Amino acid sequence: MHLLDQGKAPIYEALLKYKSMRVVPFDVPGHKQGRGNPELTEFLGEKCLSVDVNSMKPLDNLAHPVSVIKEAEELAADAFGADHAFFMVNGTTSAVQAMIMSVCKQGEKIIMPRNVHRSAINALIISGAIPVYVNPGVNNMLGIPLGMSMDEVKRAINENPDAKAIFINNPTYYGICSDLRAITELAHRHNMYVLVDEAHGTHFYFGADMPVSAMAAGADMSAVSMHKTGGSLTQSSFLLKNARLSTGHVRQTINLTQTTSGSYLLLSSLDISRRNLALDGKNIFGKATSLANYAREEINKIGGYYAFSTELINGNSVFDFDQTKLSIHTREIGLAGIEVYDILRDDYGIQIEFGDIGNILAIISVGDRALALERLVSSLSEIKRLYMKDKTGMLDHEYINPEVVMAPQQAFYSEQRSVAIKDSTGYISGEFVMAYPPGIPILAPGERITEEIIDYIAYAKSKGCFLTGTEDMDIKNIRVVEV
Amino acid sequence: MELWYTEQHTDDVRFSIKVDKPLYTGQSEFQRIDVFISKEFGTFFTLDGLMMVTEKDEFIYHDMIVHVPMATNPNIKNVLVIGAGDGGTVRELTRYSTIENIDMVEIDKLVVDVCREYLPQTACKLDDPRVHLYFEDGLKFVRSKAAAYDLIIVDSTDPFGPGEGLFTKEFYGNCSKALKEDGILVNQHESPYYKEYARSMQRAHKRIKEFFPVCRVYQAHIPTYPSGHWLFGFASKTYDPLTDIDEQAWNSLEIKTKYYNTEIHKGCFALPNYVKELLVSAEE
Repeated sequence: MHLLDQGKAPIYEALLKYKSMRVVPFDVPGHKQGRGNPELTEFLGEKCLSVDVNSMKPLDNLAHPVSVIKEAEELAADAFGADHAFFMVNGTTSAVQAMIMSVCKQGEKIIMPRNVHRSAINALIISGAIPVYVNPGVNNMLGIPLGMSMDEVKRAINENPDAKAIFINNPTYYGICSDLRAITELAHRHNMYVLVDEAHGTHFYFGADMPVSAMAAGADMSAVSMHKTGGSLTQSSFLLKNARLSTGHVRQTINLTQTTSGSYLLLSSLDISRRNLALDGKNIFGKATSLANYAREEINKIGGYYAFSTELINGNSVFDFDQTKLSIHTREIGLAGIEVYDILRDDYGIQIEFGDIGNILAIISVGDRALALERLVSSLSEIKRLYMKDKTGMLDHEYINPEVVMAPQQAFYSEQRSVAIKDSTGYISGEFVMAYPPGIPILAPGERITEEIIDYIAYAKSKGCFLTGTEDMDIKNIRVVEV
Repeated sequence: MELWYTEQHTDDVRFSIKVDKPLYTGQSEFQRIDVFISKEFGTFFTLDGLMMVTEKDEFIYHDMIVHVPMATNPNIKNVLVIGAGDGGTVRELTRYSTIENIDMVEIDKLVVDVCREYLPQTACKLDDPRVHLYFEDGLKFVRSKAAAYDLIIVDSTDPFGPGEGLFTKEFYGNCSKALKEDGILVNQHESPYYKEYARSMQRAHKRIKEFFPVCRVYQAHIPTYPSGHWLFGFASKTYDPLTDIDEQAWNSLEIKTKYYNTEIHKGCFALPNYVKELLVSAEE
């Protein structure tokens, strides 16, 4: 049970009050409640523009909250079972960076799996922290990286007792969860902070029978993408914190990079979504889970596809599985995930979250309906009927363990030059290469480029993956470190 | 006091019928259902404020959606009807003694219940022993069938709300799979006249064409539907409704109809130029 009245939404209520006061604006933003930009107002609606306002006394200040934002933070902390919750308006990327920068200084070690989101490695470039990568387990049949196994974590901790923190992505994009409680306990025994990238796990805090959330597992901080499955606006997010870290210190770190013009559209969307989930989350995510389970069952009946779920649980590298993730293995029908992803959008008008080499992922969340899932299932059945082919020659893995030669920051700031990717074998990469989504780097700054990685990039490109990360917009050349 | 049912045919066009009295209002899991009685059109029923059936003009729609395919292939034995909760399409089908089985898939049971009570004129044959009712999503039902039916009739609502899955590529693809080699698909095709409806018609036509070598469009005049000008899509893997119709065979059945006859059959495929142009541009 929550201690505070979760029916309240202080930021939202303050905005309503502000509107009713019919204040004459001689402050920013310059569109002045939409009047200065009729086309935009027509497009987004007058209601929306009228609350796109700047911080002011009655609306508090995100960088230094003392009234309604403070109250909203307290309500969010209560809802998530955290010591404190920060409203984040620069995306979960900024929450991930703030977590790492709050606990790691230049040259300090952080243990993390390599299949993290780009934002985590970006944080290493900014902070100068040194990653100690733990190889994630790999499911050979599906080709996907899994969670962190306890043995690997133990070894990393024993070999690096000076590490400041351990970073866990939980759940992974595919829905795989690590043993958060055990890892947290072990890390704390070795005096390390536990940071969790919970970008895809908002619902863990509100649904029934969900995998354990970071705060419940005793982790020190967690970055939660409220916008991904919780219903708030894109780019809005929460950074949660437990008692071991000081709220003031974390806020100062956030304020290093977060905008001083925090959007009230984003803030109020967080506030309202938190209220909605706190009051009705069990019901909402119960529905999402049963929709996903239904779709999974129907998709597996089609044959050829494999919509995987809790049967992957092995007590270790797959400690738990997030059933709201509709992850589907497609290689057995001879199509790369990205090919199915493209056909779904181009021919069937269905946009899913991502397709990679061998899998697709549909996100089932607060806004999904049975009719729409029926369309997805039927389209997949048709795609198999119309496009199925021989799978010979298809790549069978999503993940290549990298050889890390230097820390990301050192590589990023080294002298670099550009070489053709096809001729780059043996060089140390100065930049990222990744398919987006999912945004998990194939290569990160400081890693050795190998033949296998070059082949993988060429294959991903040929199948239609949207590759990003290099300075060269065509992803033909890559900047490598001069040695 | 005057009571009027008003339907928004476009943002700027309305259509009204004077209501004698409202008979039923209910909200199902999927939509709002209303039944009214009127002097001009008799009892009529609407879904989410859109006209579905009136006692006075339903014969036109049901004649045209059923007799055109049946006259093209009199050997049709196994029929799937999707939507059609009012029962009118099934009523016309049951007039053929040669039909052995009719599966009717309606997503909303409440529609059928309400029509049984207030619109016996159309719902009267739903208890025919050849008729099997399934209350589920048509898209889901058809997905599990292969080479099973001689005829599929898509008698759906507009392509928003519960009918949204029925105007899609995945739906027509699955229909094509569910039909036998000489199967026929007839689709209620919306109207060519108002832009929004015309777009739905074009989308349906384009998607059906991807799966069926024979694709023809025919028309009827239905006073209570937006613009009154309504289209149907005829698609098949073998039969052409213009060359394969056996007039004598159909006429010898002596099915008494109020709208359809074999002259209309031949004439209804003749389309106005603007409709032809819409179809051509849909195919491009």
